Amino acid sequence: MAKLPVQFRLNGSDRATFVDPASNLLDTLRRGLGDFGPKYGCGQGTCGVCTVLVDGEPQLACLTLAVSCEGRQIETTSGMADGPNLHPLQGAFMDHFAAQCGFCTPGMLTAARALLAKNPQPSRDEVVEAISGNICRCTGYEPIIAAILAAANAPGARRA
Amino acid sequence: MLDLRTCASLSEAAGILSGDRQALLIGGGTLVMRDVNEGRLTEGTLVRVTDPAFRQMSTSGARVELGAGVSMAMVLASRELAFLHAAARAIGGPAVRTMATIGGNLFAAAPYGDFTVALLALDAQIVLQSGYGSGRAVPLEDFLSARERGGQGLVTAVQFARPQNPAELHFRKISRVKPKGISVLSIAAYLPLSGGRVTQARVAYGAMAPTPIRARGVERALDGKPLDQAAIQAAKQAALEGCRPATDAIASEWYRREILPVHLGRLLAGEPR
Repeated sequence: MAKLPVQFRLNGSDRATFVDPASNLLDTLRRGLGDFGPKYGCGQGTCGVCTVLVDGEPQLACLTLAVSCEGRQIETTSGMADGPNLHPLQGAFMDHFAAQCGFCTPGMLTAARALLAKNPQPSRDEVVEAISGNICRCTGYEPIIAAILAAANAPGARRA
Repeated sequence: MLDLRTCASLSEAAGILSGDRQALLIGGGTLVMRDVNEGRLTEGTLVRVTDPAFRQMSTSGARVELGAGVSMAMVLASRELAFLHAAARAIGGPAVRTMATIGGNLFAAAPYGDFTVALLALDAQIVLQSGYGSGRAVPLEDFLSARERGGQGLVTAVQFARPQNPAELHFRKISRVKPKGISVLSIAAYLPLSGGRVTQARVAYGAMAPTPIRARGVERALDGKPLDQAAIQAAKQAALEGCRPATDAIASEWYRREILPVHLGRLLAGEPR
């Protein structure tokens, strides 16, 4: 079957590739475009480790049809740091030791980024709700919650 | 291999779905892409709809109509649909809610499909389009009982009357994982009070049968009664009528049957979970 062309903006750069008709966005990012920020966890929408922003909204890349991203803005953790300068959320995750094995971290960062863009001063409950679709099997939730709350108070946390 | 058809109009999609048994609508992808990723779905045609009518919301009048492609996040962003927010928030985390649609929820196998439970308690109708004709309204309950047979066409929209007093619609999802987990069961109850008595109660369950179901026994037990201890006791006794819960990874059939009357009683008494 013929491959289909798809073009979108990935972390601020225009990218184009060809995909199988039923390809998901995660495969397209990782295998097609070499962005290894989002990870493949469950493939079922349960673990949240493939969370990316599509037009600013969090979506699970493993369940997103790649061709539905035509013309849209995709943001992953690969685009969060500005050169050597970490995004405030990334800095807060480091300061609070919020990455243990690190596998859930890209999803957690992206879920937190989506939260802070809409709600710059979230309550603890709102943070818990925002990462409720992300599983950390090291069960290190407390440092992650603390890091997100700390980043919310840091200058520049809303930087896109 | 899977093919993909992108349809700019609802009738085009309905035509494909009616004519091809191997065609499957893909909405937000939270159900269909799971099967693709698992290798359970490898042949046929995925049908994608880009018609703006599929995501239209008409929420201001007494009759609410929501396109089947409306997402849980869109429901949560609408102040006029506040009475449905508890049910929409029960679906997944924020990323799932960006994607998951109310139309897709109608097809979610137990123990999923919690939003549909609330729609059942609202006595919703769905608009079903087969072939290139116009859509026809079907009671949600009839649609669900025929769901497993499949091939009914394209669900284009959901319609229901806005509850006169939104506080009379109650929703609870019982799960063992906090803050979010898959349903052990869910209950939606529309309990309009008139002169202190319940009139035309509508109660629905999720995960207590292969599809969401209405709890007719409970409705009969409550109708015309004040919500007092005696009525709640009668409702609890009738709670399991028509239930055929499954044993799955979340809970056993026995456990579901044991806790349903408990949670129904708490909901009716206005007690916390």
